[in-house]
Amino acid sequence: MSAVTTVQQAQGGGDAAAAPAAGLRRLWALSNTGPVFRRELAGYFVTPVAYVFIVIFLFTTGLFSFQLGEFFERGQADLRPFFDFHPWLYLFLIPAISMRLWAEERKQGTLELLLTLPIPLPAAVAGKFLAAWAFTGIALALTFPMWITVNYLGDPDNGVIIAAYIGSFLMAGGFLAVGQCISAVTKNQVIAFVVTVVACFGLLISGYPPVMAFIKGWAGQPVVDAVASFSFLTRFESISKGVIDLRDLIYFGSLIVLFLFANGLIVELKKGK
Amino acid sequence: MIEIRNLTKRFGPFTAVDGVSFTVKRGEVLGFLGPNGAGKSTTMKMVTGFLAPSGGTAVVAGHDVIRDPLAVKQAVGYLPEGAPAYPDMTPESFLDFCARVRGLRGQAKRQRIAEVVERVHLEGVMRQTIETLSKGFKRRVGLAQAILHDPDVLIMDEPTDGLDPNQKHEVRQLIREMAPRKAIVLSTHILEEVEAVCTRAVIINRGRIVFDGAAPDLQRRSRYCNAVALTVRTTGVPAEVLVRELSSIPSVFTVEGVVSRDGVHHCVVVPKNRQPIAPEVTRAAQRHGWQVESLAVEQGRLDDVFRDMTMSLGGAA
Repeated sequence: MSAVTTVQQAQGGGDAAAAPAAGLRRLWALSNTGPVFRRELAGYFVTPVAYVFIVIFLFTTGLFSFQLGEFFERGQADLRPFFDFHPWLYLFLIPAISMRLWAEERKQGTLELLLTLPIPLPAAVAGKFLAAWAFTGIALALTFPMWITVNYLGDPDNGVIIAAYIGSFLMAGGFLAVGQCISAVTKNQVIAFVVTVVACFGLLISGYPPVMAFIKGWAGQPVVDAVASFSFLTRFESISKGVIDLRDLIYFGSLIVLFLFANGLIVELKKGK
Repeated sequence: MIEIRNLTKRFGPFTAVDGVSFTVKRGEVLGFLGPNGAGKSTTMKMVTGFLAPSGGTAVVAGHDVIRDPLAVKQAVGYLPEGAPAYPDMTPESFLDFCARVRGLRGQAKRQRIAEVVERVHLEGVMRQTIETLSKGFKRRVGLAQAILHDPDVLIMDEPTDGLDPNQKHEVRQLIREMAPRKAIVLSTHILEEVEAVCTRAVIINRGRIVFDGAAPDLQRRSRYCNAVALTVRTTGVPAEVLVRELSSIPSVFTVEGVVSRDGVHHCVVVPKNRQPIAPEVTRAAQRHGWQVESLAVEQGRLDDVFRDMTMSLGGAA
């Protein structure tokens, strides 16, 4: 078989028949999200990253809820003081996870390897994101002694607690998507970290009462509401009160999808440089 | 198996690859040569679907890289420059990942990994992290990844760069073993590699092809083709006389590289138009009573041809 006949086959009549096959193959290749997910998630645990992160996360959540949150002094059987600090912990801990997601691939030269394996870009983006999200989920799940404690000491509303866990997990996903997108812009992990912290800080404080009061000083209520509606803080607070509003779920879901889409575009645009 | 048509890549105003076309058939090993920055890696990155071409296309194993890059990636084994691999992983977990991505599962996966590991001799290091491996082992991990799915088309960017002579020999041996069943492209700026493994050579300079032909043809382009390296012992004949006598042979162009020591002279006799001159040189030696200690006919010097072809277009950029 000569190269010329192969080319003609590919170009000529074979195309019409090959088109659905190619479509199916492309669809099937999305299943390579799985191997990417596995590799990424296992990657956290072969280095000290996972253990350092989990220990610090558990330590600081505990410290904040018992010391600053006056967990015992309040005399209430709930996890409010615990969850109230999550946005601020995530602000620094999530960028520490997300900063390496693409920056490291670019630095190591493995980006070229990853993108010349038969992995469609959406599968690579989703695999990385889901692994990072699952990892924060594991860290979050390991705070279960807090939940046991509060159930032992009193009689909390466990529905509210579950809602707050869901809210916290969604918020972590939002931060991660933003961070993963920013990580694709640079080879330098420190830059990725700092920019992500700043971006996430913006997303957080747009719903913080002093900021809202400040905006209210010169803009009308609709503007205040619009800005606040972009805030992680407002959304998270309403969920952690036990109100799972479909709009809040859509907000986090679409924010994640949007940033992952942008992530794919950035990787595509920057890969030659 | 590979057809590259008018492939072009521009980065802003700079044209890295400018209308490159060539084909590679099964059984061929194509040496892709050129000075650093000539566009070798960029061409390979386009053929393997990493970079989108600015113009032209490549058809690999029957799939157009622009219309169906995924099919090309499935069909090709690619070793990027420097053989990148995840440093935190072990060869075992890395190859497992690559095999899964290639759609291998269960017994088939284990068997294929075992075959490849044996082939590139990775047995002893499967559980060490890749960052702790020597350069030679890292390269083998990259090679194992590239041949894991037994691809018909194998593309390697500087597969032997930075290896010691023994490791180079091993890699070349591996390429020679695989050659009859595959279409192989390897880039290099080491000319001995072309002689050692390639059936064909393409030289690229400043993004354009300046030579495409069989490796021996390339050598034959050298002015040293059929030159005679001669060592003679004389009884006090000065080197100048020797050079004058040899130069007076009609088919000789020039005599170079004269080294004399204790009446033993060594020189290279360069013919006009690459014609065979060994008989004339031998006769001249006999006539003058020089005792010939060694006489060797050169095939031609690749580095010489390479320099000619890549410097003539206005010098090295």
